[in-house]
Amino acid sequence: MMFKLDKKDFDHFLKDLLETHDLFAPVQLAEGVSVFKKIDNPGEVSLSQLVPQKSAKEVFFPQSEVMFRYQIAGNQGPTVSEQKIERERILLGARPCDIEAIAIIEKVFVGEDYTDVYFLEKRKKTTIITLSCNHPLTTCFCSSTGGSPFRREGSDLFLIDLGESYLVELLTEKGLIFSKNRFFKEVDPNDLTLVKELEEKAFEKVGYAIPVEGIEKRLDLMTESFFWDRSHEKCIGCGVCTFLCPTCHCFDITDEAVNLKGERVRNWDSCLFPTYSLETSGHNPRPTGRERTRQRLMHKFNYYPKIFGRVACVGCGRCIIYCPVQFDIREAIRYASSKRGEGLEGKFR
Amino acid sequence: MIQQKLQEKAKELLAKKEVDLVIGFSDWTLPLRTTPVFIRTPDGAKSLVWNSFCENNLTAYLHKFSRLKVGLVVKGCDARSVVALNLEKRFPNHPPLLIGIPCQRLVDRKKVKKAVKGEILQAVEQGDLLLVKGENFEVSLKRDDFLYASCRSCAHRTPHQAHILIGDPVEEVSLVEAHPDVSELEGMSPEERWTFFKKETGRCIRCYACREACPMCYCAECFVDSSRPKWIEKSLSPQDLAFYHIVRAYHQTGRCSGCGACERACPMDIRLTYLTQKLNQEVKDLYGFETGIRPEAPPPLSTFDPEDEQEFIK
Repeated sequence: MMFKLDKKDFDHFLKDLLETHDLFAPVQLAEGVSVFKKIDNPGEVSLSQLVPQKSAKEVFFPQSEVMFRYQIAGNQGPTVSEQKIERERILLGARPCDIEAIAIIEKVFVGEDYTDVYFLEKRKKTTIITLSCNHPLTTCFCSSTGGSPFRREGSDLFLIDLGESYLVELLTEKGLIFSKNRFFKEVDPNDLTLVKELEEKAFEKVGYAIPVEGIEKRLDLMTESFFWDRSHEKCIGCGVCTFLCPTCHCFDITDEAVNLKGERVRNWDSCLFPTYSLETSGHNPRPTGRERTRQRLMHKFNYYPKIFGRVACVGCGRCIIYCPVQFDIREAIRYASSKRGEGLEGKFR
Repeated sequence: MIQQKLQEKAKELLAKKEVDLVIGFSDWTLPLRTTPVFIRTPDGAKSLVWNSFCENNLTAYLHKFSRLKVGLVVKGCDARSVVALNLEKRFPNHPPLLIGIPCQRLVDRKKVKKAVKGEILQAVEQGDLLLVKGENFEVSLKRDDFLYASCRSCAHRTPHQAHILIGDPVEEVSLVEAHPDVSELEGMSPEERWTFFKKETGRCIRCYACREACPMCYCAECFVDSSRPKWIEKSLSPQDLAFYHIVRAYHQTGRCSGCGACERACPMDIRLTYLTQKLNQEVKDLYGFETGIRPEAPPPLSTFDPEDEQEFIK
């Protein structure tokens, strides 16, 4: 089912949504810096930045999340879980790459063997309104990792920017609830031609440049490759790539307590941090950047695909754009694909 | 041409085995950027570049390569960090060989991005101009309008401490009297300053890129990573974010060369250098000390002198 939504009605459309839902959308924190946040009024929404620094995963898996609160009184005390989400939610304005990434995390958090109630509760309560990616950046490579700038899978509603208006596609049951929306208008056949053009143009721009296919098999042969000796050298060991990555999902659990009252909190963790795999004994199985960089790439392109059948990268390019030293994951993939890491000097930077 | 001389020198050092490794800058995949490179063969030296986008302080890598004899490409500020680290006895075995280049001041890529609409596909320097191209635009910008704040207030662009100097020394003057962000902050009331500080630190994601980009942050265990004792929680509460940023800045007192690498590394565009630059200014006013200028001058906060300013003891 398809409709058209004029941009001049967009704020009113959002205002209506706010009546019934908690709305999460990209918000600018400073010029050129945006994140997904719960908004209170439509004016806060800022859709101009293609890839906000922090991805939409934060709506389902916040960087810092209280799991439960406790108070010790005698032998047992009350424990209050924080998993319940009272209101229905909407995630608005994420691009297809971020939405694809949510499905990647979901496979880990909502599996056959275990269920992460915190993630699941939010996921169940959320309707996803995705925005098409009309102008991918040169750092984008979603089609190489199995996505596309107009990928609809995972979205309940799909918006396509037509200039003065949005074309709105209702794709799921959750999406069809909106079919009677007072701002939706009939679609003009010309709009569909325009959509096709936009889609083709966007797709052409990202292309299939990065050889991801079959990478897990090549990496199987590379555990002790010279590639890791060299490729980690420039990595300074910060958490930019992993924290901004829409698919990275490692976390650490700590207690924040004062006297007898406390909270159990989970926070994002990064495999590039020295404390990530540090054991109580003081032993660290990943003692240097070599093992940590390998972990980052292996998790995305070897361990995850072997379990779930696809790479844990959606080609959003955040790790390339925001890395302080320009570690380019595309080049790492290319190199792993072509040379298995031999003869690196002067080629991989 | 500086770049060519740099390549020749690096090639020679590697060929004569005077160094095991040259750390410098190279072009890579993004416009307005360079990437650190680690060169081990004379032939590899041809990938070295020198331009206004060489924004990392490569001194930070010396901790990682302490077992090798390193030839390090340095700007004025980077060389000052090396001096400061040397005073802290960081190079007992292999002091690095400094290949210094008088700096032309660096271009702030984030500022350039904000000046154009659309993605930048190419950026080239041409004299005083910066030619920037995108899919639907092509502009030439005045390079001097797009310099990093820390570069505008820098008066020590020539790495006098370098063993090899490539290019002629440049004038020891800054473009502005004080760091623009410091001046701005000094004009604020304490309440306004607190609001400003909270707004900036409030978007911190604790990726620690500022810490890792800084050559002076080399503690074996940073206070944020310590679990016994636990100095700070791991979440994003405003007090923890403020605490991290205050301690990070304070730990730099008398040690920071003002290179600005911390601020450039920040993915969230948090202004950081106004704090460290303000501390630098205080140290200069109180002790007449600037980091890394005189190789033998001990850092004031690590020494005691009966003649020290005592005004703060009431």
